[in-house]
Amino acid sequence: MTMELLSANHASAVAATLAGRANRSARGFGSGVYPITPQTECIELLCNQEFEKGHVVRVESEHSAMAVCMGFALSGARTFTASSSNGLAYMNENVFAAGFYRLPIVMMAVNRALGPPWNIWVDHGDTLSLRDAGWVQLYCETNQEVADTTLAAYRLAEDRRVMLPVMVCQDAFILSHTMMMTDIPEQAAVDAFLPALDLPHRVSNRPRTVGGLDTPHETEAHRRQQEVAMGQVQPVYAEVQAEFLKHFGRKLADPVVSYRADDAEVLLVSMGTIAATVRTVVDEARAKGVRAGALRVRMFRPFPAEVLARAMAGKKRVGIIDRNLCPGLGGILWSEMRALAPAGCLVQDYMAGVGGGDVRPHHLKWILDDLCSRPEAGAPIFLEVG
Amino acid sequence: MEPALQGVVQTRADRPEPLLRCGNTNCGGCGMSIGLNLLSHAIADRPIQLVIPACCGIVTAGAFPFSAYGAPTVAATFAAAAAFATGLAHAARINGEKTRVICFAGDGGTYDIGMATLSAAAERNEDILYLCYDNEIYGNTGGQRSSATPMGAATSTTPLGKDVAKKDIIAIMAAHRVPYAATVSLAHLDDAMRKLRFALDQKGFRFLHMLSPCPTGWKSEPADGIELLRLAVRSGLYAVYEVFDGYKTVINVEPEMSDAALERYFAEQGRFRKANLDVAKLREAVRRQWVELRSRVTAG
Repeated sequence: MTMELLSANHASAVAATLAGRANRSARGFGSGVYPITPQTECIELLCNQEFEKGHVVRVESEHSAMAVCMGFALSGARTFTASSSNGLAYMNENVFAAGFYRLPIVMMAVNRALGPPWNIWVDHGDTLSLRDAGWVQLYCETNQEVADTTLAAYRLAEDRRVMLPVMVCQDAFILSHTMMMTDIPEQAAVDAFLPALDLPHRVSNRPRTVGGLDTPHETEAHRRQQEVAMGQVQPVYAEVQAEFLKHFGRKLADPVVSYRADDAEVLLVSMGTIAATVRTVVDEARAKGVRAGALRVRMFRPFPAEVLARAMAGKKRVGIIDRNLCPGLGGILWSEMRALAPAGCLVQDYMAGVGGGDVRPHHLKWILDDLCSRPEAGAPIFLEVG
Repeated sequence: MEPALQGVVQTRADRPEPLLRCGNTNCGGCGMSIGLNLLSHAIADRPIQLVIPACCGIVTAGAFPFSAYGAPTVAATFAAAAAFATGLAHAARINGEKTRVICFAGDGGTYDIGMATLSAAAERNEDILYLCYDNEIYGNTGGQRSSATPMGAATSTTPLGKDVAKKDIIAIMAAHRVPYAATVSLAHLDDAMRKLRFALDQKGFRFLHMLSPCPTGWKSEPADGIELLRLAVRSGLYAVYEVFDGYKTVINVEPEMSDAALERYFAEQGRFRKANLDVAKLREAVRRQWVELRSRVTAG
């Protein structure tokens, strides 16, 4: 292991390179790449790597980037791409196709506000709009987590019980362009951690057709298989965590990361980097005698409903911090979490940092004060922080 | 070794089963089916993988778990056949396999929605054989105009006839300087088989265009498809030629420039009935097309 000063963009590219090389004893590595701010440095670094058995195709669009990955993956190669914001929106059709084809593609997505008008700053709305695409979604808080999650994503995606694509999400600029000391494992350790990819439905020389036409009952069967596979993600993830610890000597973060939550009466729930600021606000509130705690939802798909319901049990008040807006609904995290709250628990949605505004401690303090003082839950609150 | 039918009969080197097997639901007289059968014979024992975007070519092969394709086949999303094929072709290459990756796409997936993907794969000179079966219509969705629909043809979205001409796809592909681009007439088997075999064994991006009669969309007799192609070639409407490396142009079949053939080609298809086509104007358009094509031959 070596400590390197890396941006999260580079951390994910380095991890993908290690994972790609680890499949050299099998069908190799392939990638289709296309630039978009703030992801571009990731694919630039990838384009400067040499692969003993692999190739990076510089394509003309995100739609084709994912299609090239699907071609490689269907031939049994390990695959990686990266995108963001409108790039993901343009890729949309093929994101779904990769889910339907059960291809263990790993994609790093830098969360950035959708436009126009153009905005390059962090907002989770881009990847959350792909929550129904049949991908596992993991949201990161640090560069180390981006590197670790990228490596772990392959082990999870390629597990025979799962065989699903995985999206590794990280916050624009706050992570993508921020350098942090990152522990990068040696190739030998990655080789040992990642078994060679053996795709059960690989296209070879047998006359089999992948895709084609489905009648309703076959679509029902295929959708159900996707759902069964999603059901396997959490138990397999726990195994991947154990293997990760064994091979790399550090813990791979949990699907839901809790902070001082066990004895808390009031919970703040967030995703991505806001969680770091939330922890400082929780500490300050605790010092004043408020029994506050925090949850960070790292795994959004499959949605860890049971874990979250357990974490919310017995809580009086829960504030959900959404860095996204679903117009006509409110925050997406809130919309999924409110059904899990125990009876009598007040659940309030706060949309903060939409479009990338800095969510500072005083914003979160205001949220905590509002949450603790309001008589009942109201409509989602749109907090302007920009 | 292959007398009489110029390679269309089964030979010892042929595939144990055809590319398009029984059980497909293509319409009678479908040019795409004829094209697949020719391709099947041309492929013989070469290892191939087929990539087919959303079109008649994939949905008529039958519903899961059945498939009429007697070769490994991937259904690509509509716009992305050339990109799926790119991944498969590179994967074959890095694994030292001799698999020919063949895109088999209609005109909608080639001239329209797939154009950017096709252009990019051609520019990268990917090791792909791209075969466009052009029925000049969105056949799978019931007959709407595409940018390959010829002027004057009535479709469900141009009920009075299309008022602009079709794209010159070979000129577009040749402008990418691809190693090989050619038109294939299903009515000229010698030439068609030679081109298919040549294209299968070339490296880099190869593009073949196959005018593909669609009795359902053309409102023509299913049995007349090959005869229509013969008329299209005789009249000069469908030029049979090939372009090497984007500049060296070779005309493979000299047209008779027959006015009778031109008139019959349009008269035999219901889609042109409303267009009130002026044969003199058509003849002039065809003449100009040939002047341009012959100038390319001279320039090359």
